[in-house]
Amino acid sequence: MSTVEIKGLIKRFGDEVAVAGISLNIDKGEFVTLLGPSGCGKTTTLRCIAGLEHPDTGEISIEGVPITSIEKGIFLNPEDRNLGMVFQSYAVWPHMTVFENVAFGLKIRRVNRNEIKEKTHKALELVGLGDLAERYATKLSGGQRQRVALARAIVYSPEVILFDEPLSNLDAKLREQMRIELVRLQQEIGITSIYVTHDQTEALVMSDRVVVMNEGIIQQIDNPETIYTHPSNSFVASFIGVANLIEGRFLSRSGQIADVEFTSVSEGESIHLKALGAESATKDQRVILSLRPEDITLCLETPPEGTVNVLTGEIIETVYQGNLLDCQVRIGSHEIAVQMNHFEQLDRGRKVYLTFSPEHALLLTE
Amino acid sequence: MKEEKNSDYLIIENLVKYFGDDRAVDGISFAISEGKFLTLLGPSGCGKTTTLMCIAGLHKPDSGEIRVGGKSFTSLNENIFLEPEKRDIGMVFQSYAIWPHMTVEKNISYPLEIRNFESSEIEDRVMEVARLVGLDDMVGKDATQLSGGQQQRAALARAIVCNPSLLLFDEPLSNLDLKLRERMRLELKRIQNEVGITSVYVTHDQAEALVMSDDIIVMSKGKIEQSGGPHSIYARPVNRYVSNFIGVANLLKGKISSVSKTGLSEINISQDGKNILMPCVLDDKKFREGDNAVLSIRPENVYALREKPEGTAIEGEVIQTVFLGNYIDCRVQWGKFEWKVQAHPRERLKKGDHVYIRLDSNHSMAVLP
Repeated sequence: MSTVEIKGLIKRFGDEVAVAGISLNIDKGEFVTLLGPSGCGKTTTLRCIAGLEHPDTGEISIEGVPITSIEKGIFLNPEDRNLGMVFQSYAVWPHMTVFENVAFGLKIRRVNRNEIKEKTHKALELVGLGDLAERYATKLSGGQRQRVALARAIVYSPEVILFDEPLSNLDAKLREQMRIELVRLQQEIGITSIYVTHDQTEALVMSDRVVVMNEGIIQQIDNPETIYTHPSNSFVASFIGVANLIEGRFLSRSGQIADVEFTSVSEGESIHLKALGAESATKDQRVILSLRPEDITLCLETPPEGTVNVLTGEIIETVYQGNLLDCQVRIGSHEIAVQMNHFEQLDRGRKVYLTFSPEHALLLTE
Repeated sequence: MKEEKNSDYLIIENLVKYFGDDRAVDGISFAISEGKFLTLLGPSGCGKTTTLMCIAGLHKPDSGEIRVGGKSFTSLNENIFLEPEKRDIGMVFQSYAIWPHMTVEKNISYPLEIRNFESSEIEDRVMEVARLVGLDDMVGKDATQLSGGQQQRAALARAIVCNPSLLLFDEPLSNLDLKLRERMRLELKRIQNEVGITSVYVTHDQAEALVMSDDIIVMSKGKIEQSGGPHSIYARPVNRYVSNFIGVANLLKGKISSVSKTGLSEINISQDGKNILMPCVLDDKKFREGDNAVLSIRPENVYALREKPEGTAIEGEVIQTVFLGNYIDCRVQWGKFEWKVQAHPRERLKKGDHVYIRLDSNHSMAVLP
């Protein structure tokens, strides 16, 4: 049974539909990320789960028990939902010690002293702050403060933790480090987690499953690898990672490989390319070829006769990143991004050939 | 005159600057060709900003010389020190230093007005640079209405409007958020390229330096550790410090066991009581047999293989994989050492996999400890 079940969630603000009918099941111990641009409805969904927003329609259950059900007239207050929350501003109180920060929530709930002590120490041990219990919050590093916030969320032994962009205020290096640490902690504790972010790298690195949202609707739910390698539409393809999208016309299929005609990749002539996907496409249907920069091979010599999927173009710009070289290549009316990790100097205007295997090119129908 | 312009446009010789007893800049020399983009890169306190301030004339060095386009800005020997306003320099700072009570147009035109340009020329020039930085439809707005990125564009427009002989940048992007910063790097580089003004850029951000620069000078404790193009700094670091500061590297201590002038040399690595001989590339002028060295190899030149390749003695276990879309950041435990491997997602490495490490010898660098 799923820990969290969301059915038909709709939330409007005035005339605006923020969440337009979302259904989602989250398993016990799973780390699920709601990912999308600002205004996609991810935070509103999270706030509905937390009980901070009252949805217009739908039902939310935890362990089979409804905490919000518009139909049944159920709406549990946030403090009765047994959820832990970690916010962007982690709201750690500077005038309190680490112990007091974590124990505070239990104190105001009038938990008895021994139990407070036991639960607080257990939470601090779990997040690796056992030795710093008496330190003042002002003496903590950014990463340690983040752990205090997490300890505060888990001290009540909640069934689910909700995260609202908790890492977005940290600098780049610390953020990378905290991503890995947060996931490690989450796995150790084994607690079901729902995480909201607009940062696609964060979602890929941290999640068991990613829920990609746009305009209040779920675009795709899958594990990070599937989301990246098999995006369900062009929104997902370009929001997660970099995707070259080229419009073409579906012609025929032989087994898994489709034959598609493109008129925009070479001046004055149409070119046929082979790719996977678009299983339900019919002849002459408009399709979109999605091609990742790292799946394209760039060569300086004409590829051998009979090579499939060859495009001819010229270098517009190269950006050296150390471990990678990003190139922009003009192909017909397109600028194609190509990424290489073993490379030589490439001058602007240089003529190049791009090739890619049909297995690494994906056709989308929307 | 012309020749000097092309090869060594900005020349710094033996620059020294003390603050009290502290040698902030410790006798550095370098030169830039006209139109090039040079980055001074290093951690805080390395002397990069002090060097920039000396070029601007905002600090007076204790010794050394600074010449731009054949003209002496500072020469302690000849007792020359040109005032900052006479140096014909454009500057862009971390804090945008845009005047909030003025329009974008007034902000940009200010340097022209104090130099008594004619109003028709002011108008033309302001529109030209506004277009260049992508603010042409915002010139009438109040500076306070601009976003952080736009304010920095306005600051750049103001710095180039007088067509200065030199542009100086002091960490101009560090207040912007990551996405915007990444975009502005390319923008800035494009604009610099277009106007062709010789530029000196100060940053502590190595990714920024790699992406933007024609040449990079890596500094530490007031001295130059290495200078060169981004690719040579990244692929051919001279010492452990540079290798570690730029990009990510696997670093293993060892002793040089053979030096080859033409092909691969060898380094003897001791790890967990075992000694392993590894082929490597080194600078034969810097190393002799028996010297202490560090083997430096980038994650993208390390392969984790399921099948045992010929000759390898490195076996380990995958302890972490982080899927980043275009590549997998993979860690392999080998005794006490943790290999950082940049793997292709299609290799499908998983935690717990038993793997063999293969190093690309042509990218295995022996560097100074």
